[in-house]
Amino acid sequence: MIKIGVPSKGRLMEKTFDWFGARGITLRLAGAEREYAGAVDGIEGVELVLLSAGEIPRELAAGRIHLGVTGSDLVRDKLADWSAQVTEWALLGFGQADLILAVPTCWVDVDTLDDLDAAAAAFRRAHGFRLRIATKYHRLVREFLTAQGVADYQLVDSQGATEGTVKNLTAEAIADITSSGETLRANHLKILSDALIHSSQAVLFASHAACWDAGHRATLARLASVLGLTIPEHLTGPTV
Amino acid sequence: MQTPGPERARSDRLADWFVAKGATRIEADILQPAETLLDLYGEDIRARAYITADPLRGEMMLRPDFTVPVVQQHMTGGAEPAIYAYSGPVFRKQDRAGDRPSEYHQAGIEVFRRDMPEQSDALVFSLINQVLAENGLHLRPVIGDIGILMAAVRGLATTDRRKQALLRHIWRPHRFRALLDRFSGRAPMPAARKQVLDRLGQGSPADLIAQAGAFTGLRSADEITARAEALIEDARTRPLAAPEAALLYDLLSLQAPSRAALDHLRGITPLLPAITPAVDRFAARLTALSSHGIDVETLPFEASHGRTSLEYYDGFVFSFLADDPSLPPVASGGRYDALTAVLGQGKSIPAVGGVIRAGLFACLQGGKP
Repeated sequence: MIKIGVPSKGRLMEKTFDWFGARGITLRLAGAEREYAGAVDGIEGVELVLLSAGEIPRELAAGRIHLGVTGSDLVRDKLADWSAQVTEWALLGFGQADLILAVPTCWVDVDTLDDLDAAAAAFRRAHGFRLRIATKYHRLVREFLTAQGVADYQLVDSQGATEGTVKNLTAEAIADITSSGETLRANHLKILSDALIHSSQAVLFASHAACWDAGHRATLARLASVLGLTIPEHLTGPTV
Repeated sequence: MQTPGPERARSDRLADWFVAKGATRIEADILQPAETLLDLYGEDIRARAYITADPLRGEMMLRPDFTVPVVQQHMTGGAEPAIYAYSGPVFRKQDRAGDRPSEYHQAGIEVFRRDMPEQSDALVFSLINQVLAENGLHLRPVIGDIGILMAAVRGLATTDRRKQALLRHIWRPHRFRALLDRFSGRAPMPAARKQVLDRLGQGSPADLIAQAGAFTGLRSADEITARAEALIEDARTRPLAAPEAALLYDLLSLQAPSRAALDHLRGITPLLPAITPAVDRFAARLTALSSHGIDVETLPFEASHGRTSLEYYDGFVFSFLADDPSLPPVASGGRYDALTAVLGQGKSIPAVGGVIRAGLFACLQGGKP
């Protein structure tokens, strides 16, 4: 049985169901309302597992699910060396959002990472601590800022309402996902012009660690054929 | 990972060897307060170190190296001068799948001494060189000197602000290069910077801040204004003179055997007189190394060596490298005078040290790590 992990609620779940439905595979909720049980019609040997989108990267890495749908941002942030652990099998074309850096609109001297870096140096001298950037995407933001050579900042964890941290004086800047930018504007924040950290979308991932014996591979081949995809390279060789 | 019995034994023997050469054995707690290291190295160390929460002591860290705790112990009452040796595990998260260990043993030596810094540099280098050679390890040494680069930047004929910006990014070669390209006029002003300047030209910073809508955040209007004025002033600053910029580019890429590198540096000091004291120290260091039997005619020198390490080396730096470029340095170290001032709460003492990766040492000797 191939286990496929799908977000258990919201638009990401609905869009995923739509994407598979358009290709002849029906994913649906089964059982009572509010019960996280799923069913798959249109193909044998595939089991639907409903999970929080944020847990799907970990389940893929551990090999407890074979396939999973989640945001490309979550996989890159939660998994170290992500491409050694999972393969992007199909970009699904929905759930688009950009991970960006934003600062207060009143910072009229700051538009770029270069400005942010200089402002961070002066801020640290003036306040005695590093300029705080609130985010839940620690790995992605840190790797980006390291590659760009930005110094004198620190990341502070914010798991929600991140745009509010600046007004609440728990951070000076934020790094967060945005699609329209409206929440940013409402909180008097503006996006840095050269700090697009990652363009995220929903992706169907294949686990490297999951058990892929001959039976799983046969099912995968049928699934690939129905979905119109080619089998991921690491699963085309002989089983071991 | 298997229990590193042989690695630990090798590490302890290396520390014992340093003790036999006059060092005093020193211990450090494995669990260190995280705050000091986070303040020093920020997110770079947060990404690499194991951090955990203690209900009473706050954030704690599995020691990522010995240098900081050894400096702290010395600064709270160590006799001077002092030579310390240590051995034990250090912990670094590895972000790439592979076989680099996240727990490994380091044996090291640290010298705290106010006078004769070049002799101390040479002592640390030559002791490590000797113990490697005595154990049949013939590695490729390389030395560098971050003090020469810092002196060259301080001596540039430009504003203090530009010098500070360059000094701050000595350890980030990519950003340093981008700044230098801009300050020397080799790279055009980025379009986004031009836009900011155009906007700042349309009114006083105070007016612009008022027009930007609701004021939010801890960074004050005064701080924003100060930086806006600095930007305007910087835009009026003339680029570095071409010959001066060319010298700095030349210096950054200098790689030569040490004696030849010294001759080259002597050749450019008339054009860049600010580096003279640093070059004199380099010369004194080579003399000291020679007196320890090191062949400075062949010892490789790279001016940019050590610039991608954690930002505490500010003078002499060195590494001993294996043939396999995928391996980390078997031994490395350098001088970190400024770090002792940061940790010393008003006190400071010149210091230099180096570490050997004991597991790699044992592995290259032919045994298993």
